Amino acid sequence: MIILETKELAKSFRVRGRLVEAVKGVTMNVQAGEIFGFLGPNGAGKTTTMRMLTTLLKPSSGQATIAGIDLFTNSRQVREKIGYVSQAGGAEGASTARENLILQGRFYGLSLPDAVARAKELLAALDLEQIADRPSSSYSGGQRRRLDLALGMVHKPKLLLLDEPTAALDPQSRAWLWTEVRRLNAEGTTVFMTTHYLDEADALCQRLAIIDDGRIVVEGTPDALKRQIVGDTITLGLQFQPETGQHVQALLQEQSYIHSLEYDEQAIRLVVDRGAEALPKILRLIDDANVHVQTVELSRPSLDDVFLKQTGRSLRESAN
Amino acid sequence: MQSLRDTWLLFKHYLTMTMRNPVMVIVGLFQPIVQLLLFAPLLEPIANTEGFPEGGSIGVFTPGLLVMLGITGSLFVVFGFIAELRAGVLERMRVTPLSRLALVLGRLLRDVVMLLLQATVLVGVAWLMGLRADPAGVALSMLIVVLLGLLVSSCSYAVALILQDENAVASVLNFLILPILLLSGITLPLTLAPNWIQNVAGVNPFAYAVDASRALFIGQFSNPAVWQGFVVMGVLAFLGVFWAVRSFRQGVA
Repeated sequence: MIILETKELAKSFRVRGRLVEAVKGVTMNVQAGEIFGFLGPNGAGKTTTMRMLTTLLKPSSGQATIAGIDLFTNSRQVREKIGYVSQAGGAEGASTARENLILQGRFYGLSLPDAVARAKELLAALDLEQIADRPSSSYSGGQRRRLDLALGMVHKPKLLLLDEPTAALDPQSRAWLWTEVRRLNAEGTTVFMTTHYLDEADALCQRLAIIDDGRIVVEGTPDALKRQIVGDTITLGLQFQPETGQHVQALLQEQSYIHSLEYDEQAIRLVVDRGAEALPKILRLIDDANVHVQTVELSRPSLDDVFLKQTGRSLRESAN
Repeated sequence: MQSLRDTWLLFKHYLTMTMRNPVMVIVGLFQPIVQLLLFAPLLEPIANTEGFPEGGSIGVFTPGLLVMLGITGSLFVVFGFIAELRAGVLERMRVTPLSRLALVLGRLLRDVVMLLLQATVLVGVAWLMGLRADPAGVALSMLIVVLLGLLVSSCSYAVALILQDENAVASVLNFLILPILLLSGITLPLTLAPNWIQNVAGVNPFAYAVDASRALFIGQFSNPAVWQGFVVMGVLAFLGVFWAVRSFRQGVA
């Protein structure tokens, strides 16, 4: 079942008389029950898309529905179905976690006793009981993030939208958040999240769309995307003699499982099919030729390779 | 119905927030009270000059200070508001099914209640200093102050949503506040001013609020300044609230 669907969703802004197309046409489906990631560098249009999906921004053109309800003509109904955690979070710093949660529950129409009970439940679930009655401005980054997530979950939304949920979080809180997102997902919440972290998209998302320059460049499961990249990479560090490179090249050239070979003064890089099987064969060949191998590295294709292939740029570089 | 419930919910929330940290409310009162204590006595010698309005120095000065309180006090609500914008609080609220109207009205209601509280304290201090005004007139003046507060608060929110930056807002305020105050005849009545200043002040809506309050304080309910003040403030307050509601409905970064 499709829970979120967009068709050619686009948004342009007028900045000092110039038309800036932040999102140029995003078409995608998010299935109920999955964790769907929106991966891309800063400025790719992730946040603008998120703001349209959370009813904060009207699109310039295109359509979107959530649970079959039109996002822009029935915004109010959509708001009841979605939970949203923005990058800034949005907890009231002068209020305690409990007060924040109770008020948020009231925003969704809960009666006061129901809101109090729900707040208590969430404080326990997200391990916030110890600090529940302290002003949230005194919380650490990780504690704050837990409260933000709780605020997005007050009304048990079908679809939870997370905008860069782990940006600027310490590694421990990051690991905690991943676990928590997986738990919520296992309990039946569909998650749509943006991120510019490759490892996060890889580890957490069941399906993802890579967005660059306002468009989705490719979409699929992380594994399927990586499979598009031909072969694994093997890097051999060698004790180098001037003729070693040519020698090894001659030796390996006939092997059908090797797609390409490059070398410089320190290493030989090979792109091969099924690296794990190819590696012992290659090592045996080189060993027989009396070339001394010092280090060996086998790397599977990463999402960065996928991004590089699709856009001609590395996401790691774009992020800096 | 939902708008009413949500407005009440947000009003209680904002009121609690303000009461928890009432610094701005006290600071807002400080300036008019200092004016009352240190400037009003300076007016006494000229209160009998030709052109000085009826009501004696304190009777003329207090209604002016009420208007000043309404302008300055309501302008400063934006600083807390911008901090809230930055923390994403308003954005979080806008993604909930809360009534859009309530997002503005809840806030404005809090601002108006705080303003009435400040205005009451101000009139109380003036009374201790010898003010003897028409009680019904004072009550009606409070209504003018409410309209004025609505106008200034809602415009401040709308401008804050455009600028989204404390420093930019502070510069705009500094730029506007002094000419507005001087051209309202708050400190010295405009009846003492040369013609050209009186003409410029004729287009300053706040001058109408001051004139109406002054007439009300001395019980001149049929003075045309009274209905003019109500009409000008009423229409502008309505337009201001309308502008704020529209701004809240549209984008918030």
